[in-house]
Amino acid sequence: MSAVPKIELDGLSKAFGANRVLDGVSLAIAPGESLTVIGQSGSGKSVMLKCILGLIRPDAGSIRIDGEDITRLSERDMARVRAKFGMLFQGGALFDSLPVWRNVTFALTRGRNRSAARMKAIAEENLEKVGLGRQVLNLRPSELSGGMQKRVALARAIAPRPEIIFFDEPTTGLDPIRADVINDLITSLVEDLGATAVTITHDMASARKIAHRVAMLYQGEIIWCGPRDQLYESGNPYVDQFVQGRADGPIR
Amino acid sequence: MTNSSPAGPIIALFAAIGRIAVGWLAAVGRTALFGVQTLRRGLTPPYYPNKLFEQLAHIGWFSLPVVGLTAVFTGAALAQQTFTAGTRFNATSTVPAIVVIGIVRELGPVLVGLMVAGRVSSAMAAELGTMRVTEQLDALTTLRTDPYRYLIAPRLLACVIALPLMVLVANAIGIFGGYLIAVYKLGFNATGYLRVTRQFLEWSDFGMALVKAGVFGFFIALMGCYHGFRAGGGAAGVGEATRDAVVSAFILILVSNLLITVMAFG
Ligand SMILES: Nc1ncnc2c1ncn2[C@@H]1O[C@H](COP(=O)(O)OP(=O)(O)OP(=O)(O)O)[C@@H](O)[C@H]1O
Ligand SMILES: [Mg+2]
Repeated sequence: MSAVPKIELDGLSKAFGANRVLDGVSLAIAPGESLTVIGQSGSGKSVMLKCILGLIRPDAGSIRIDGEDITRLSERDMARVRAKFGMLFQGGALFDSLPVWRNVTFALTRGRNRSAARMKAIAEENLEKVGLGRQVLNLRPSELSGGMQKRVALARAIAPRPEIIFFDEPTTGLDPIRADVINDLITSLVEDLGATAVTITHDMASARKIAHRVAMLYQGEIIWCGPRDQLYESGNPYVDQFVQGRADGPIR
Repeated sequence: MTNSSPAGPIIALFAAIGRIAVGWLAAVGRTALFGVQTLRRGLTPPYYPNKLFEQLAHIGWFSLPVVGLTAVFTGAALAQQTFTAGTRFNATSTVPAIVVIGIVRELGPVLVGLMVAGRVSSAMAAELGTMRVTEQLDALTTLRTDPYRYLIAPRLLACVIALPLMVLVANAIGIFGGYLIAVYKLGFNATGYLRVTRQFLEWSDFGMALVKAGVFGFFIALMGCYHGFRAGGGAAGVGEATRDAVVSAFILILVSNLLITVMAFG
């Protein structure tokens, strides 16, 4: 593990009114590491990623990217830092006024009309990585199935080959075979391109396959973080109950 | 607050009025901040001319048929009313004069403003509100494209450009509507009617109509974008944003119209 973590959260807190979602989250992620975050629905996993991306302003705590504190950055500096990130949103968040190929290449064109032929070629190459063919290039997002939308969104997130990629439930809503293609894709982004990946998932098979480490978020804190091999013998009753999917236990 | 003391209800009343006033002031402040933010960011690059043209085409295409229809019927009705009310006086000159002044100074800009507000403010609020609740605005920011520059500035500019053009068209069509009724139903002499129309057609009136149109266009886009941007809470939130956008655009158009008229003629 190198000296400067790629991402370092320290005491990150965020409340929406009386709802304390994050309550002192501390976590360090090394360059080239693949971390999986697990936790109940509504536990604040998506909020945590949005705080790191500067989409939600945390109430307290600090976020460091490559050692740089980004919590108080101006909008312009934040845009510079965001160049390091790719994000797959939980709901896809595809631009429904644009065809698929413009969605996939948006990080490169940033809304301007760049050479269509070259952009379509780039879009095609990235769609192929998520198992989609050229026939979807000119379709609108609304003309795709839910799983296809997810994969187009994934292609959009990886197209600029970012240093850090966040995947918010990449395999939810996909059939098991497609899900495994995505697992392989995430693994290869980390192994071959050296990307740092943070993946939120409810899919334990996927977590075991792609993660170096697993962190569990519960009641606004990281209550457990360890190597994926220890996920099933963590000795933590909360983690045990969660990974085994039992209704009875300390989590209600 | 208890009602045991006689002052209780009165204090409660003042408290309620105070809360409403504070809420209203806060909304005005937020809107102004949003407008300033848009201007500050929209005036600095990157610019998106492709988005501007898209919006211009969209707004014009959306609105020209309705605007033309409204103008021709209103002009015609105005001519008929003036004639009915004015037969006791010298109707032959009052009809064209009232039609041209009424349409150019007031009805043209206000009707176009309200029609376009009904269609465009609501459409903008619905589109941006949907983008908000489906996280497309977050995705845009993450992909390093500023929503103020990419989405809002082109909409504001397009409305400020399109509204004056539409008011010009509406004024011409409205005057024509009055002419149709006057000549074909009320028995006016065509050349005489046109001569009086030209006589009462002031360029300064046209100038004021265009200023009004620009202001209305700004408010239409500002309200549509502001409410869409702030939408929350799924489909219901988008519905509320749409309604609030139209209502607030209507109010701003009517109030600013009166202010401009009073400033110009008061
Ligand atoms: N913009 C917001 N305004 C108010 N509350 C919010 C907002 N975003 C999230 N929340 C609240 O924060 C909590 C955590 O939400 P979050 O989306 O992070 O959950 P999650 O862990 O990603 O759940 P899931 O696994 O279902 O996606 C929820 O209680 C949610 O209601
Ligand atoms: Mg989530």
